[in-house]
Amino acid sequence: MPEQRRLIFQHIDEPGYTPDLACYLRQGGYAVLRKAVQRKPEELIDEVKKSGLRGRGGAGFPCGVKWTLVDRKSGKPIYLIVNADESEPGTFKDRHIIHQDPHQLIEGIMITCFANNVRQAYIYIRGEFPHGAAILERAIAEARAANFTGPSVLGTAYGCEIYVHRGAGAYICGEETGMIESLEGKRPYPRIKPPYFPAVLGLYQCPTIVNNVETLCHVKHIADMGGEAYARIGTPNNTGTRILCVSGHVQRPGYYEFEVGKVTLGQLLNEVCGGPLPGRKFKAVIPGGSSAKVLKFGERYKGKRKVGAEMVDYDWGLEDVPMDFDSLALIGSMGGSGGVIVMDDSVRMVDALANINAFYAHESCGQCTPCREGSQWMKAITTRMVRGGARPEDGALLKSVADQIAGRTICAFGEACAWPTQSFVQKFPDEFKAYAETKKADPDSRAFELA
Amino acid sequence: MNLKPATLARIEEVIPHYPVKRSAALPLLHLVQEDQGYVAPEAIEWIAAKLELPPIAILELVTFYPMFRQKPIGRRHIKVCRTLSCALMGAYRTCQEFEKHFNTYRGEVSPDGEVTIEFVECLASCGTAPVVMIDDELHEKVDPARACQLAVKISAEAANRK
Repeated sequence: MPEQRRLIFQHIDEPGYTPDLACYLRQGGYAVLRKAVQRKPEELIDEVKKSGLRGRGGAGFPCGVKWTLVDRKSGKPIYLIVNADESEPGTFKDRHIIHQDPHQLIEGIMITCFANNVRQAYIYIRGEFPHGAAILERAIAEARAANFTGPSVLGTAYGCEIYVHRGAGAYICGEETGMIESLEGKRPYPRIKPPYFPAVLGLYQCPTIVNNVETLCHVKHIADMGGEAYARIGTPNNTGTRILCVSGHVQRPGYYEFEVGKVTLGQLLNEVCGGPLPGRKFKAVIPGGSSAKVLKFGERYKGKRKVGAEMVDYDWGLEDVPMDFDSLALIGSMGGSGGVIVMDDSVRMVDALANINAFYAHESCGQCTPCREGSQWMKAITTRMVRGGARPEDGALLKSVADQIAGRTICAFGEACAWPTQSFVQKFPDEFKAYAETKKADPDSRAFELA
Repeated sequence: MNLKPATLARIEEVIPHYPVKRSAALPLLHLVQEDQGYVAPEAIEWIAAKLELPPIAILELVTFYPMFRQKPIGRRHIKVCRTLSCALMGAYRTCQEFEKHFNTYRGEVSPDGEVTIEFVECLASCGTAPVVMIDDELHEKVDPARACQLAVKISAEAANRK
């Protein structure tokens, strides 16, 4: 079985490990920050660039590049927003960092703030984590009392405050410009880019960095071991470790941290997670949060891919695919937020899509017509199907709606809501065609009701 | 508006966290809703005045963000996650179990005023599906049997109060 490498989750679920400062200090906590504030901020940015760290929130954008894009000449303050909105279905890693190891996050935040000359950071945490927000507030107060944050960090002239800001149940707040609007006290309508790149015109029209919770924890370890050493973990262009959250139909769902690209989907599901439930077979998997395109067991993927400087042939079954950003993109899906949702042969794909479509219809912010209307229509069609009104042409109808959303909206929610429909219909066309008969033959499927 | 002194103190504490007062709108809505149970029209006016905004700037938040409500709910708030991972593990049956026990339907206040049951979207605990939040507490692996236990406990607590 492939070995986990727990960098970020080193202390998660460790007996006796508590979220207070004393415990964190006993484990050597804040030593990295202590060293970092003695270095030049540019050096720290350089370490992160060298590390190759890619954002763990969903897009996988290189963190060092994100920091480099920040407008440092405007004379305006630079803000950091910590994206703790964790709302991509299938994802539950940040929850554990926040609840069990908040000081690791705060240390990562402070190193990031120091490196980027940020004097004010906000942690935007989803409203459904009331205890998480309280734990963070307590941890920040402890850190401030010990001068790890506040007006004079560790006796230096550098000062930075962190405040916790609670969301209120809207998925779109996870989109970085939507999050900025929300933090400004508005509806979280994402902003159009250009001109509103957060690095230039972000919070209060000031340069702003938005980083995911897990990403910021990695920054701490990069500052500790150095960018080059970090880049040796994982695989080229997919460096470090990442936390994979597995849910759905496996024996042992949960969170597992691996070097990126060092575990295949098959190893993860069959060995680490113990395989399918008794008497069942795997049918489909969504590898990176519910927006990622679905993958079908039995599929093969062939082509050429870059390994280092060379192009090599690959011929993978689904279970051979390494769980890294580039490999998952290569086979037409994405690593996204690391949320792996597994469906076995008890699931009717139309039912599962109906569930996903209900989510996106509920969460579309309504700003762009194709997404607002399209997500509602996709929900209406799949709901009609599961309620007994399926028609053979519904698959084609769904596809035509989805095809008119992706690429026609201000933010990536358009793609996020279109991809499930496009991929489900493309990969399981027969199920959509025959759904009316399937339903008639077996109205009370042994599957759970999904929509 | 009759807010508790502790709520008022928190409100004064939180406003200066932001260089622009409007940013405090969501925190104030949370604090007022926790204090009052819901966001009444006069609460919207009050928050707007506090932040020097037109009331519509607050109302549009209340109507957009799912966690804010304009009407009182049952004494206990049962939120059942219905998103894919929870649904795959039986969340719909879990929800039905609560509905049956409290003789109510999702989105409504139970006849005895004790609970409001709601379907919510992903609560970010998919590995321990199905999950349910009762007020601020997360409950994991809530199959129908566990739902029944939790419901019985809520009913017992209600009976003790009377």
